[in-house]
Amino acid sequence: MIKRFITLLLLAGIGAIFASLLFTYVPDSELNRTADYYAGHTASDIGAANIVTAIIVTYRGLDTLGEVTVLFLASSIVGLVLSLGQKQHKTQRNRVAVGELLTTGSRFLAPLIMLLGVYVFVNGHLTPGGGFQGGAIIASGMLLLLLADPLRHFSHTLIATLESFSGLSYVALGVLGLFMAGGFLDNRILPTGTLGELISAGAIPLIYSLIGLKVGAEFSSMLASLSETEDMK
Amino acid sequence: MNILMTGMSAVLCIAMLGAALLAIRVKGDDSLPLSILAAGLVSLFASVLFLILAAPDVAMTEAAIGSGLTTFLFFFLLARIRGTAQTVDKNDGSALDGRDYD
Amino acid sequence: MIYMAMATGFLLILIGFYGALTNHNLLRMIVAFTLANTGVNIVIVAIGYMHGRTAPILDAAVTASAAAARIIDPVPQALVLTAIVIGLGVTALMLAYAYKLYERKGTLDIAQYTDLKW
Repeated sequence: MIKRFITLLLLAGIGAIFASLLFTYVPDSELNRTADYYAGHTASDIGAANIVTAIIVTYRGLDTLGEVTVLFLASSIVGLVLSLGQKQHKTQRNRVAVGELLTTGSRFLAPLIMLLGVYVFVNGHLTPGGGFQGGAIIASGMLLLLLADPLRHFSHTLIATLESFSGLSYVALGVLGLFMAGGFLDNRILPTGTLGELISAGAIPLIYSLIGLKVGAEFSSMLASLSETEDMK
Repeated sequence: MNILMTGMSAVLCIAMLGAALLAIRVKGDDSLPLSILAAGLVSLFASVLFLILAAPDVAMTEAAIGSGLTTFLFFFLLARIRGTAQTVDKNDGSALDGRDYD
Repeated sequence: MIYMAMATGFLLILIGFYGALTNHNLLRMIVAFTLANTGVNIVIVAIGYMHGRTAPILDAAVTASAAAARIIDPVPQALVLTAIVIGLGVTALMLAYAYKLYERKGTLDIAQYTDLKW
């Protein structure tokens, strides 16, 4: 009872701070200087139509590199923690009948979902979308395959190879920017082209495709690790 | 047009808060899947709210990751845990008795 | 609309904290943390919204020269994109640890985990 009261008191205190923040907030009427710079210079410098993509990949590309690193850490720790102490024998689990509809439907839908994911991250610089969204969609496709066949064993070697290759190429493209253009992760190592074309905005399609593959592989490996945890007896 | 947007965002906000309260307050034996689904519903409404707030990139990300992958991660884990539970005691998530899988 | 979205976000954060503090089941606490995460993201995106303007994508309707007068602030959206993805990573980690704890002790009730209590 006293614990509940202290919890409510704490929440009331935090709520008071939030209320004071809410009531003194005045929305802006003009863009602040950073946003103004990004809005004015994206089309001419970067050549990408999606300004959020230009910020994530080029203007603040180092943050994205850090985020990809954090995701890599999370997925490898999940794989490590869930496989520790697990007995190594492959118990033959019973094949659960999942139904005709799911099996046939997944065979039809999974390639389409992968195609949608690839479309989303290849067109990241033109329309809303990008590497993270495309990677999540690809992981959903792999999830559908996992649901349709619960005993399917994803090759962890393939996923790990794909992920390492994408990560290494991403950093290599960044270092290439040091030598051929303005700095680390500069996208002007390839020509920027005309606004709105598929082949434009320099190296952004390439970088985002690599990020999309890497993120998709990481999420898939997280899902595969969670689904392969052994039934405890 | 503006009244429509404001009205729709008001409905979404109220629905989001209702689903959030449902997610943390529901009690009972079989209430954990309901809790997880309510959290997925909050994510889905948040994705539509992001679209109304003129952020299409964030809306797509929240729909794919928050409402899709997070819910599936929870359900995978719940299936693993439930597959090993022996008995079903009466547990409502706030009791202090023994073996509890809920 | 900004105030409505911000108030919803703040209330979601409070509901998430309340759920994390009062529930005894590990999985419910993780669900509550997910709700608080969503609330924080809503607040940050609501800060970037400006009345009467549109999304920061350059196309036929918003040309490159008129961009600075027609679009909303794109920086909070970039921050929230990162935050959502990392929130998923942290949730996956929490779930993996919850599974290992369940394997060790057989219960998901945190009142049973008294190893760290004096």
